[in-house]
Amino acid sequence: MKRFVGFIKKEFYHIFRDKRSLFILFGMPIAQILLFGFAITNEINNVDIAILDHSKNVNSTEVINKISSSKYFSINKFLEMESEIESIFKKGKVKAVLIFEQNFGSNLIKEKKATVQVVTDATDPNTANTVSNYVNGILQQYQKQQNKSIDPGFQVLPETKMMYNSELKSVYMFVPGVMTIILMLVSAMMTSISITREKEQGTMEILLVSPLKPVQVILGKVFPYIFLSIINALIIIVLSIFIFKMPVQGSLLLLGLESILFIVSALGLGILISTISETQQTAMMISLMGLMLPVILLSGFIFPIASMPYPLQMISNIIPAKWFIIIVKGIMLKGVGIQFLWKESLILLFMTVFFIVVSIKKYKIRLE
Amino acid sequence: MSTKKVIQVNKLTKNFGDFKAVNNITFDVGKGEVFGFLGANGAGKTTAMKMLIGITTPSSGKANVAGFDVNTHAEDIKKNIGYMSQKFALYDDLTVNENITFFGGIYGLTRKEIKEKSIELLKELNLEDVKNMLVASLPLGWKQKLSFSVSLLHNPKIVFLDEPTGGVDPITRRHFWEMIYKAASSGTTIFVTTHYMDEAEYCDRVSVMVNGKIEALDTPKKLKETYNVKSMDEVFLKLVRK
Repeated sequence: MKRFVGFIKKEFYHIFRDKRSLFILFGMPIAQILLFGFAITNEINNVDIAILDHSKNVNSTEVINKISSSKYFSINKFLEMESEIESIFKKGKVKAVLIFEQNFGSNLIKEKKATVQVVTDATDPNTANTVSNYVNGILQQYQKQQNKSIDPGFQVLPETKMMYNSELKSVYMFVPGVMTIILMLVSAMMTSISITREKEQGTMEILLVSPLKPVQVILGKVFPYIFLSIINALIIIVLSIFIFKMPVQGSLLLLGLESILFIVSALGLGILISTISETQQTAMMISLMGLMLPVILLSGFIFPIASMPYPLQMISNIIPAKWFIIIVKGIMLKGVGIQFLWKESLILLFMTVFFIVVSIKKYKIRLE
Repeated sequence: MSTKKVIQVNKLTKNFGDFKAVNNITFDVGKGEVFGFLGANGAGKTTAMKMLIGITTPSSGKANVAGFDVNTHAEDIKKNIGYMSQKFALYDDLTVNENITFFGGIYGLTRKEIKEKSIELLKELNLEDVKNMLVASLPLGWKQKLSFSVSLLHNPKIVFLDEPTGGVDPITRRHFWEMIYKAASSGTTIFVTTHYMDEAEYCDRVSVMVNGKIEALDTPKKLKETYNVKSMDEVFLKLVRK
């Protein structure tokens, strides 16, 4: 036991004396969560648009005022001619142009029908889509206001309720994802790098010749990272609660336990990677390519799994991150307990055991 | 020299598939002996040594190191031997003192023992002034001496040195061999592999491995007589080219 304590002490010296790993350990989680929380968002705010108003009457002005007073749009320019549209898009100044037809006002009154053309810059299809939806929303609102006095015949009114994230905050979606990425990065990449470093420097050989058992060596290498990963998970949860007001509806204890389970599965992967790579660089490349990419692309963090082609959906099932994200979302947003998450937890547990058994087997073979 | 044998190897063999890396080797090493283990690259030196220090299991044959069987008691062997690899593996990002404490610790020395040992060791190596400096900042020669001293920390019966003098200047090599002699005179057995034939001359006995087999084993003097040449260099060339 005393040997083990000495070993762990040494491991912490390594970590705290290496500025690079310190940065990855503590800079990354904070930077990522702030980045995803503040900068990267699916919502639109203050999108620049231009207006080409051919009619210039009371009604069109009313609509324009409504649009400019919403927090979603700010009017960058009033155009005079159709020919200006192309050039303003090319300059990249606006995301959309609204064109009111010549007789917007009189058509509205006489024909009971007038058109507004919404031209969007679809080089960024997501934004274009969102912009046109928001404009539609504002126009419908205007229409409703005008129609108040008139009997509209009959209407089907959708009454939408967004459960678990009523304000549709993207940060709610990013926090579980970022937490997953960070825990994966710290646990798998950092451990695999730190084990291969010993191989590269030749100290692994010395350790294996010493009376320390291989299992003790591995545990000694892994233990500090379990500890640091737990601290990281805490940092992320605290940041998301206090800065982004993210709710934790379910049990914090369960969230903690599930996080530890995921950390251990990532560590198993890290050990596995270190058994197949001889240098730190290989270990890093395998971790980044083999772990980070699938976590980002196939875990359902950013791209919904349900809309992926079938083969990719199948592959996503073997990615531990997918299950962890479901669990974290379940606990934080829906507030469900283990009775709803036991299946996901069991899959994660099974994967963890699998990785650890395989990596121990591999490790033994390497000793031969 | 005492006649007590601390290493006894009997028909030791290691196969990798069809390839016999170590082919049926037999030899003994006595207590306090400086035993040179020579051979060209790929001759099987390192594989043989790995079996003796208990990190590779033999395919067949027997070996007894420090009183324990390599096939069944590899863990006991590890407590009784020291090992220094060609990379002088110490931790670069730990200070001299921290390295000593760490390696003393994994060999199960008490805190008091480590303290006494390190004071003694630093004084002997003249490293007292740099004890709180990172090992990375030391010259190669110093690292190598420190690494050797660290492998002796737990008073092992045998020290295995795997090409310990690679890349070091002749004067430092000379100093290093003085340290080896000193350890041997206090009863520690030295098992050393080397490329340098002048170093072979310093050994009490020398074995020459060629293609997995031990082709010659004797004192440097007798080997030179047998092959009727003036230096170990020539002995080696004759054996390898045979």
